[in-house]
Amino acid sequence: MVEVRFVQGNEACALGAIAANCRFFAGYPITPSTEIAEQMSILLPKYGGSFVQMEDEIASAGAIIGASWSGMKAMTATSGPGISLMQENIGYGFITETPIVIINVQRGSPSTGQPTMSAQADMMQARWGSHGDYEPIALAPSSVQEFFDFTIKAFNLAEKYRVPVTVLADEVVGHMREKLVIPDDIEIVARKRPEKVDGQYLPFDAPECGTTPMPAFGDGFNIHVTGLTHDERGYPDTNDPESHTKLVERLCNKVLMNRKDICSVKKELCDDADIVIVSCGSPYRSVGAAIKKAREEGIKVGSLKIDTPWPFPEEEIREIAKTAEDIIVPEMNLGQMVHEVERVAAGEANVHLIGKIGGILHKPEEILAKIKEIKG
Amino acid sequence: MRTEVRIAGFGGQGVIMAGIIIGKAASLFDNINAVQTQSYGPEARGGASRTEIVVSDEEIDYPKVTSPDILVAMSHEALIKYMGDLKDEGILIIDPDMIVEEEIVDFVEEHKIKLYRAPATKTATEDVGLRIVANIVMIGAIVKVTEVVSVDAAKQAILDSVPKGTEDKNIQAFEAGYALI
Repeated sequence: MVEVRFVQGNEACALGAIAANCRFFAGYPITPSTEIAEQMSILLPKYGGSFVQMEDEIASAGAIIGASWSGMKAMTATSGPGISLMQENIGYGFITETPIVIINVQRGSPSTGQPTMSAQADMMQARWGSHGDYEPIALAPSSVQEFFDFTIKAFNLAEKYRVPVTVLADEVVGHMREKLVIPDDIEIVARKRPEKVDGQYLPFDAPECGTTPMPAFGDGFNIHVTGLTHDERGYPDTNDPESHTKLVERLCNKVLMNRKDICSVKKELCDDADIVIVSCGSPYRSVGAAIKKAREEGIKVGSLKIDTPWPFPEEEIREIAKTAEDIIVPEMNLGQMVHEVERVAAGEANVHLIGKIGGILHKPEEILAKIKEIKG
Repeated sequence: MRTEVRIAGFGGQGVIMAGIIIGKAASLFDNINAVQTQSYGPEARGGASRTEIVVSDEEIDYPKVTSPDILVAMSHEALIKYMGDLKDEGILIIDPDMIVEEEIVDFVEEHKIKLYRAPATKTATEDVGLRIVANIVMIGAIVKVTEVVSVDAAKQAILDSVPKGTEDKNIQAFEAGYALI
């Protein structure tokens, strides 16, 4: 039965995780993400799951990786300072191809910054936070409904591609209350477990741009999981340039070559637009109001909302750069995603940043002012 | 039409709960849209606390309140702190026992504010016999003055939000507030 509720974004996230069959949460409470841990601690025992309040975020990331290798869908939730601590284990998640979901409810930073204020300060950290070459997946919700939907999608993508997935929320979307519709037919991707084989089992013997079913500890397979570069058996193979190239290129390609399946954008009023506003997460909410006002004044403005900042939806941005003269990028930081837009637009359109820090969402008037400034 | 509501008081009066109830009434029971936000910071405890609700029959894009159509003040400190951006000719509902009215006379005149007095705290204490339902009394007054949500929706949202066993007292509080103005 369809259920309708009026809840905070953080609560919607927890409900989404439960709907996606997440049955393990490990975390260390931190503003403005704490309600997620709180809700998971209430919900998980009712569903036969486990909630562990860890000693810190390093251990939290470690615990969900361990839970995932035990066959559980697992998640943690934190904010900037916690995400920084998790980076080493997140990298371990990438090289061991461990499906985990990390919720980052972003707040003002660097360091402990502004605990109760909003920001999109960690967009690039979600991309490059851990050392090395890897291709992450991240989703950025702009509403309570999307926080629910994207959390489910994060679990599905994590399972499908065996990769850590981040949900890049922020304080605004985490704390506001809106209507949430919980459908009764939610598509859930289940963990693919390997079948027993005769002879030697190769846990990392995956196709070139794909991954392979993941056994759980206790399933009876002989497996070795390591952060070192490894061969198909999972054994360290650290001196052979070819082995390393083959492994790391596959880890990247399984995401990059499946961009079409992973990437999602929402285009509105772009067909005739001279100016397109490219946004992601909460600032999208200010964009709609600004466009309404601009259109009333006869200025042709459209919107491209990025649901999946990573992998970056290059094709969609390239298309916009060809048809629009100007692209405006409002961000709650001093300029992060704008660099990606500039890179992909490659001079085909003028790219303008509206970078805003301090903790408050852009007012629609601020975006409208930029539109008018461009139109001169 | 988009209506922006701000309810302010001090931490502990239940202003945030009042905001949640109005948001719930609009979005779940009147089947229009609502976004509820709240001041969120160390100052929320003991000091001025506020909640904001945007109610609209259209989809709500920008979720925050910039200049409220309706301001409800349950404490003097909160009134002074948050009345500045109330719209000209906007609605101001105060709990007169918690407010020093002389201090806002000029503001009310200058901006042609429609001022209503709802002694919610006194009504909760004396008529309902339960001081903590002052927020629910105030919801009654808000619904009567502004019609931002329907009476039925407000009652259903109250029943959906309050602890079991307190339903009668809370509905009584709502009706007492509704009768105040």
